[in-house]
Amino acid sequence: MGINFRKETFRDDFSFRNSPEQIRRFPFPFHEDSYMYAVNIEPHTPGPKNTVFEHLIDVDEHYISEMEDRALVLAEDPLRCQSLPHMTLAGWDLLELLMTQKAESYPEHFSLTRDGDNWHWINRPLGIDDRFTFGDVSTLPYGPMAYITRQSQGDFCVLDQRDGNLWMDAGIVTTQADWSLDFDIGMNFFEWHAPVPLAHDMGIFNRALKFLTNIQQGQPARRFNWTMTINPRLDTSPENYHKWGVDRTTVTPENVGQKVHLRVELQTFWRLPRSNALVFPIRCYLIKMDELVTSPKWARRFHRVLRDLPNELAEYKGLTRYRQTVVEWLSQYDDGAPTSSGFGPD
Amino acid sequence: MSAGTRKIDVIVTDVVPVNELVKRFHFQRTDGQLLPTFSGGAHVVVEMRDDDRTRLNPYSLMSSPLDTRDYTISVRRDDTGRGGSLFMHQRVNPGMRMVISSPVNLFSLDLRARKHLMIAGGIGITPFMAQTSQLAGDAGNFELHYTCRTETLATYADVLKGRYGRRIHLYRDDQGERLPLEQLLASQPLGTHLYICGPAGMIEWVRRTAAEAGWPDDTVHFEHFAAPQPGKPFDVTLAISGKQIRVSEQQSLLEAIEAAGIDPPYLCRGGVCGQCETKVISYDGNFLHNDHWLSEEEHQSGRKIMPCVSRFEGKSLVLER
Amino acid sequence: MTAKTILSRPVYGTLSPQPGRNHLFVADAEGAAAILDMAKATPEGFFADAHIMFVPDDTGTNYVEAVKSLQPARFYQGPTIAAALPRLRQTLATAHMGLRIYLAGSEGLIGQAMQAAMEAGFDPSSIQTEHRGSLARRVQCVHCKGITENVTTQPVTCSHCGLLLLVRDHYSRRLAAFQGVCINAEDPTESPQAEEIFR
Repeated sequence: MGINFRKETFRDDFSFRNSPEQIRRFPFPFHEDSYMYAVNIEPHTPGPKNTVFEHLIDVDEHYISEMEDRALVLAEDPLRCQSLPHMTLAGWDLLELLMTQKAESYPEHFSLTRDGDNWHWINRPLGIDDRFTFGDVSTLPYGPMAYITRQSQGDFCVLDQRDGNLWMDAGIVTTQADWSLDFDIGMNFFEWHAPVPLAHDMGIFNRALKFLTNIQQGQPARRFNWTMTINPRLDTSPENYHKWGVDRTTVTPENVGQKVHLRVELQTFWRLPRSNALVFPIRCYLIKMDELVTSPKWARRFHRVLRDLPNELAEYKGLTRYRQTVVEWLSQYDDGAPTSSGFGPD
Repeated sequence: MSAGTRKIDVIVTDVVPVNELVKRFHFQRTDGQLLPTFSGGAHVVVEMRDDDRTRLNPYSLMSSPLDTRDYTISVRRDDTGRGGSLFMHQRVNPGMRMVISSPVNLFSLDLRARKHLMIAGGIGITPFMAQTSQLAGDAGNFELHYTCRTETLATYADVLKGRYGRRIHLYRDDQGERLPLEQLLASQPLGTHLYICGPAGMIEWVRRTAAEAGWPDDTVHFEHFAAPQPGKPFDVTLAISGKQIRVSEQQSLLEAIEAAGIDPPYLCRGGVCGQCETKVISYDGNFLHNDHWLSEEEHQSGRKIMPCVSRFEGKSLVLER
Repeated sequence: MTAKTILSRPVYGTLSPQPGRNHLFVADAEGAAAILDMAKATPEGFFADAHIMFVPDDTGTNYVEAVKSLQPARFYQGPTIAAALPRLRQTLATAHMGLRIYLAGSEGLIGQAMQAAMEAGFDPSSIQTEHRGSLARRVQCVHCKGITENVTTQPVTCSHCGLLLLVRDHYSRRLAAFQGVCINAEDPTESPQAEEIFR
């Protein structure tokens, strides 16, 4: 059974929405009624059917529209996709990973045929049918990382591992939660996380780095992060902040349900075989408040998380201007009843 | 979040005597599939089931990372070691089934390098076999300088010269040939990275000479697995699991812990990756630290030990395992 | 001295002689004083293998003679950092391993010389730096990507696109610049007063 791809937009008229099936598989990130940083990394293994973990690389109903939005962003600003010269090999590794995973998980939509270095890739949803030579950049219309990530949902950071650190030396970032690849490319793990409050003093990044540098081939790991976005806008980049920042002042009690979105990032971490680099796909899932509250447990819990969030975190995530309005709106769905542990809806 | 790697079931497809000290072993997967792709400089840990005991030794992969139908390693016979290399030389034959780990790379190329300058001593040539294949496949700029005792012990020098010609430089001790290290280090273009694999004394010499010549630390890479040394037997109490174990003369502490049914994480089993680092709860005696992971300060503190390569002599040792 | 803020903000040290075959110094203005201070502790003959590139700017002209008296193998005096950079790049392109690099002076000088060294294959961790003199910043506008030089105020108007920018402590070695982000994007009617704070 194939995926029913939606035709929708993430800008202008913002026609994005989730189908009821997609709401049920939404990766709600809070396992309890409060939130604080933790090195919440776990093995990335396939999960139950009808969850975003069913396949290690998830493709969902927003696939085609997200790829159209990515193409628009890259046409406006090519600096969103960059690779330092030593990262080409890692780009081929990434192309192999994404093609093999997609073809294995979704044979009705993707197929890969390999005869030595001669590869044949078919992406039916996007109407792509290409033959190329693995390892030869002249046989693809873009570099290997750009080619395959223009066909893959989520942002991708490709990290070189040297001197016990990870270096953000390549990536494609068009759906980011307010950070600039063009600015951060070439930085090490501590540097690109420098603006994050509180976590450094908690030793979070030291522990996370130790774990990440030891990730081995075939044993990917994952964690969640989250923020909120006004309007279902994928491109909340600092580059365009002067264009979308004003959205944050438009939240009213009447439009919370449609305008305010919880934005969940599923971050996964994979060792790449030829380059010994690490790839860090950041997959973004959006859900409207109206959609979220269709699960009573999620509504109660998100109300409590948002209400009790430390101010530094609210400020860093850019929630300050509208947090109170959203908390008040959510309070109508919170009768104070206890919530069950775990992520899923009841 | 325990570390470690997946195991791969393999079959020994060939055993080739290379010279009087070295044999080469070829492995393929028992299920006929391709082996995992790897990067030049990676090693696998080979499990050797020798009757009632299991040894796990790391060996660098020397086959081309571009061809994963089989993995090859080369093992130099060490007549005075703990017996791992003797097991490989005397007991492993074509057709035998073995278990190896997935590849792990702790000696990775720095792909930013404008040029890769490699210095090998003896059997330290093996990771460079894979690294040169990888670089040659991508038009990489490299040069290999290889020191050996005699022409016949210059393992794979002929293969490398055949492949790469003038990029391979050989120095034979018995011919009085010496690696002109200072001159070599002085003539490299900016952006060169240095890689060293060989005996501990050679690694020390090259690192020291490079530091004195102004090579920054980040440009100097070396791989030295400390082979676990045999030693006097000693007794250990494992506090968490409540077990008393004895580490025999030919066993490493890590192997003895594993034999007791406890599985600490590991990647290299050679004192470099840090995975099996173990806290010492109390001790009365002396540590014999052989690792390259803990700092001098940590060695002195008596609070930590790397059980893969280090030993103990004394009355009592209690570990947090 | 610059206060430590966030981890991407460079931390500068004090120049000290390193083992090596050749020594390349790049300094502007008061940065010359850092070289002179270091010279008090260098071994005999240290500067015989040294190349000093100096941009005196407005405040460094009276150091020129003292620096020359160190008798480096080569001495270059340039009018601006921009004018000195092609010479620096060419020097690096023909250099060999064993060269050590010492940068002293304004953050702009240190950042741009380090950028050239990185492009030549030098890892930043192996470069000696010492901050002296002005705290003026180079700022990249995250919106239009233009770099505004010698920024001393917070906020600052982007000299390329005209947006009013908050100057962050987040720093990119690759760009040799701090990040500037529109300060009033959420409410364009807000217009905070610019204060001179990077002096």
